[in-house]
Amino acid sequence: MSRLNLMTDSAAEQTSDGLRRDLARRLISAPPGTCQIDLTAGYVRLCLSQTCGKCTPCRIGLNKIYQLLELILDGKADASVPAKIRELAETAASTADCAIGTETAKAVLRSLDCFVDEYRAHIESGRCPAAHGAAVPCVAKCPAHVDIPGYIALVRAGRYADAVRLIRKDNPFPVACALICEHPCEEHCRRGIVDDAVNIRGLKRSAIEKCGTVPAPACAEPTGKKIAVVGGGPSGLTAAYYLRLMGHDVTVYEKRGQLGGMLIYGIPEYRLPAATLKRDIDCILSTGVKVVTNANVGETVTVDALRRDYDAVYLSHGAHSGKLAGIEGEDAEGVLSAVELLGAIGDGIRPDFTGRTVCVIGGGNVAMDVTRSSVRLGAKKVMTVYRRRVSDMTALPEEIEGAIAEGAEMCELLAPSRIEKDENGRVAALWVSPKIIGKPDRSGRPAPADSGLEDIRIPCDTVIMAIGQGIDSAHFEQAGMPVKRGAVCAGSDCAVPGFPGVFAGGDCSTGPATVIRAIAAGKTAAANIDAYLGFCHKIAVDVEVPAPTAEDKPVCGRVNMGERSAAERAGDFCLMEKPMSDKETAQEAGRCLRCDRFGYGCIGGGSDREW
Amino acid sequence: MVNGFINGISVCVPEGTTVLEAAKTVGVRIPTLCYLKDINEIGACRVCVVEIKGAEKLFAACDTVFAEGMEVFTHTPKAIAARRENVAMILSEHKTACTTCVRGGNCTLQSLANELNITSVGLPVTPAEKDWDDGLPLIRDASKCVRCMRCVSVCEKVQGLGVWEVTGTGARTAIGVRGGKSLSDINCALCGQCVTHCPTGALTARDDTAKLLGRLSPLSDPDVVTVVQIAPAVRAAFGEDLGLSPELATEKRLAAALRRIGFDYVFDTNFSADLTIMEEGSELLERLADREKYAWPMFTSCCPGWVRFLKSEYPDMAANLSTAKSPQQMFGAVTKTYFAGKLGKDPAKIFSVSVMPCLAKKNERALPGMGRDGYSDVDEVLTTRELARLIKAFGIDVASLPEEEFDSPLGSGSGAAVIFGSTGGVTEAALRTCYAIVNGKNPDPDAFRAVRAKANERLEAEVELAGTKIRAAVVSGLAATGKLIEDVRAGRAEYDFVEVMACPGGCAGGGGQPIREGEEPAADRAKVLYRYDGANAVRFSHENPDVQALYAEYFGKPLSEKAHHLLHSDHTADWKMPGIMKK
Repeated sequence: MSRLNLMTDSAAEQTSDGLRRDLARRLISAPPGTCQIDLTAGYVRLCLSQTCGKCTPCRIGLNKIYQLLELILDGKADASVPAKIRELAETAASTADCAIGTETAKAVLRSLDCFVDEYRAHIESGRCPAAHGAAVPCVAKCPAHVDIPGYIALVRAGRYADAVRLIRKDNPFPVACALICEHPCEEHCRRGIVDDAVNIRGLKRSAIEKCGTVPAPACAEPTGKKIAVVGGGPSGLTAAYYLRLMGHDVTVYEKRGQLGGMLIYGIPEYRLPAATLKRDIDCILSTGVKVVTNANVGETVTVDALRRDYDAVYLSHGAHSGKLAGIEGEDAEGVLSAVELLGAIGDGIRPDFTGRTVCVIGGGNVAMDVTRSSVRLGAKKVMTVYRRRVSDMTALPEEIEGAIAEGAEMCELLAPSRIEKDENGRVAALWVSPKIIGKPDRSGRPAPADSGLEDIRIPCDTVIMAIGQGIDSAHFEQAGMPVKRGAVCAGSDCAVPGFPGVFAGGDCSTGPATVIRAIAAGKTAAANIDAYLGFCHKIAVDVEVPAPTAEDKPVCGRVNMGERSAAERAGDFCLMEKPMSDKETAQEAGRCLRCDRFGYGCIGGGSDREW
Repeated sequence: MVNGFINGISVCVPEGTTVLEAAKTVGVRIPTLCYLKDINEIGACRVCVVEIKGAEKLFAACDTVFAEGMEVFTHTPKAIAARRENVAMILSEHKTACTTCVRGGNCTLQSLANELNITSVGLPVTPAEKDWDDGLPLIRDASKCVRCMRCVSVCEKVQGLGVWEVTGTGARTAIGVRGGKSLSDINCALCGQCVTHCPTGALTARDDTAKLLGRLSPLSDPDVVTVVQIAPAVRAAFGEDLGLSPELATEKRLAAALRRIGFDYVFDTNFSADLTIMEEGSELLERLADREKYAWPMFTSCCPGWVRFLKSEYPDMAANLSTAKSPQQMFGAVTKTYFAGKLGKDPAKIFSVSVMPCLAKKNERALPGMGRDGYSDVDEVLTTRELARLIKAFGIDVASLPEEEFDSPLGSGSGAAVIFGSTGGVTEAALRTCYAIVNGKNPDPDAFRAVRAKANERLEAEVELAGTKIRAAVVSGLAATGKLIEDVRAGRAEYDFVEVMACPGGCAGGGGQPIREGEEPAADRAKVLYRYDGANAVRFSHENPDVQALYAEYFGKPLSEKAHHLLHSDHTADWKMPGIMKK
């Protein structure tokens, strides 16, 4: 026997590593409607396999927890069982020797704390309240519940115009969403169990590249009802579109000169060119939506007047006021908010940053938009300053990678402390306080903590704050509407309590969120306004979705979107992302597992045919 | 059209055809368990799996579309092995108790296991536990449920009620009453369509033969007069469970069989169907004469499943129902009053049995108002299936029996009565008589054949009665019924008279009829009923001589005070849903 041997992976070890990786993917691709208690029991059972067996609370305690959870699942537990599980878990969390025991027990405690209703339902009625209805993961995760497997099948069949028609049943912004949707639909994509989520947004891009001009459907008979929409962003225009299709007379009041809201005033052209966005807006307007631009509700027209002159009002004025960090020196010339910069670019005003050194403060997608816009405006150097780690940034990883490729620098673990002015009151430098990463904050993300190091001076001449947007709802608050920190209070039905006929949705109600959530709010508001006016118009589309083909679904990598080279795109505002090739589109569409027809999806007929 | 091959046979089918249906066109039968055409094509049991050239995976034939150039192999060793293993898995969670199961011998799972030569399960057998009140008219035995979800689909899609739902997740996925409620607390119409579409004995109608088959059977009590009535649709179907064609299993041989069983009087619900027409038809004419006083349209009231549906889904329309009791209950009331008087017998000493194609009738007989002075008008209700079991238990070979007449006076029925058993029949019968009353002469008996509908179909007819246009509609199946009512309520449709049968196709497709896997036999049975109608010398309810005698001797005239007392019920006041009567 040799005294020492090199470690080699046996075939069994490789297989078990593979199983663990498969398991991790599978857990992420969890279908909606799984039982939380079953998940907890399965989690504990899996953790038990890691127990070495030395310590009592881990070896016996976790096993007893597992057995009691099974008892609950079998409908044989009484009301005392969760308390017993808690005792065992608290003991294991405080007395187990290592993380295998303590962390499993903590997970059990979290489950007991969070799934109170689920535990109660199982014990009291022997029933699991998990929803079987939400069977298609992508459709369930899409806030607008777009028939995703349906349009992917249509793309695969080369029926691009039908794909666009099907999308428009739930979302009148297929073009904008093809380019910039955050695609929550992909999060739980069941294809992830096989290899990786389907590139859903990419396939929508293929549809809109090839569909040509797809006319809007015909409007229903005029109802004689008038509706005012405040704000011509994605939420307002969505509501306007569906309300028009339902036969109502709709007028959109837009504060600024152009329609599109954050799609034009927040998202830079290299991600969504104005001419491309126009395709969606033209289609929406083709239904006969009336538009008044440069109409500031509160100044040119009051909300009381709108309530008087219209049968219903939808507030969707967005979140367009820039937030500052509240640090010393913010009044210096050269400090601006992301909203100001992106808004100006939206109106075609591109400030010249040639030769300038720009510090962008923030770590979200807007920070990346500002960073990459600054590069394109000619800045000599762009630094994105963030108080946590790059890996904690909320921006999409590809946005961060793209910015870095274009020459921006990610400066992590630096919290801005003050802005130094020169003798002319201009920005001379940004002072930042170095941080170390620490314990998680309430959001669960590791929070920055004091590093004990001295502040650092970053010489620069421009500081752009991308730390969130505020909502200006002063006028509506004065009109007596419920407003909390700028946000108009509205129920999940978008109705503003105490104001019959007034509805609100999108960023102005939820705070800054995604485009698709704004669209979902517009759709929801349209349905409920229609009902409020005493109608039940159904929005449907007569597109027959192709049946799935009988084929194996072997492992196959996901096609990601290509981009123009960093060196080329960094110098202009032209669209950065390239569409898939025909071959890529065919392959990617073929990866869809058609959960609308297979699995539980076939029982409810998959996706909703109308709403 | 799409071309391909199944087991090497060239196939040409319309686009969108499933592999399963495509195979049928060339005589290839792929075994199925959960499949119900157009209703439950969900590929749950994985019994119909087949090989498709070019793919490793097996595909469920029931929900795979036959595509151009496809080459399918349905009975390869790989497919058969997979089928056997999947059926074995299902058997491992099924309480195999075929000897005492009412579905023994007519069970899709049993046939499959036999067909696939499964002689042992080879897995630990762990069926769920039965958790049900056996006093309910509808019985669910969870230990026999194969989670095919047919009941869920039928109730949701065909009947629009959604009484059954999938509960639990993962390995604990099961079927239960919606919302975890008891059947007694929900809007179940008791139509029994879930029973006739269940592939096993998991869903059954309560068996009520025990009393008749017991040592103390009223059939052998000399103090008790036993009376049996046979619903119209029973005669068209009872032979199926005895392996006999309708040509052999005639109504007259059925009368002979019931006499052999020992019933003192073998009567016919056709008699009270004619009586129903007299009462309900007169009521319609009375309502038409005083239009403003009534809610429109007037609904038929002979189907207890439909009455339950209306009372639960649209309780505000209960006043639209005709006040006429169902033929079963009219028969019961007449038996225990008029007929008891004729016999000079204490009604409590008459044991009245009803044989119905129906599950809801088991409940109806026990509802408040369906008897008086402490006795019930109908003492026991058997389904057509129970009738066949009774015939078998008494060792009667129906085919060898002579044809015998029903007894008098409640054993006669017109051709108009026998078609009550099919959707549209009540309307056709009512129109024949209303026309005669209004015009003083009979129409051509087949003049109103346009209302002979198909299952789940709504048909409309306009008939002129004394210068007034009557808009009649017939419909069957409760999902289709729900649409009709929504149309009426929204003003999209306007009718004066609407006939509703809860079961698709009417009583011919009733929830108490023989169960035939993979078939919807209502239309075939309806043909038998229309043959009986055509062959009857009396085609009009008002010409039934025994009904005429009943009025002359007892009720005076339709809608008389006595008739109101015995033959009518105020649906707005008699009972409220759920109204489940446990035994």
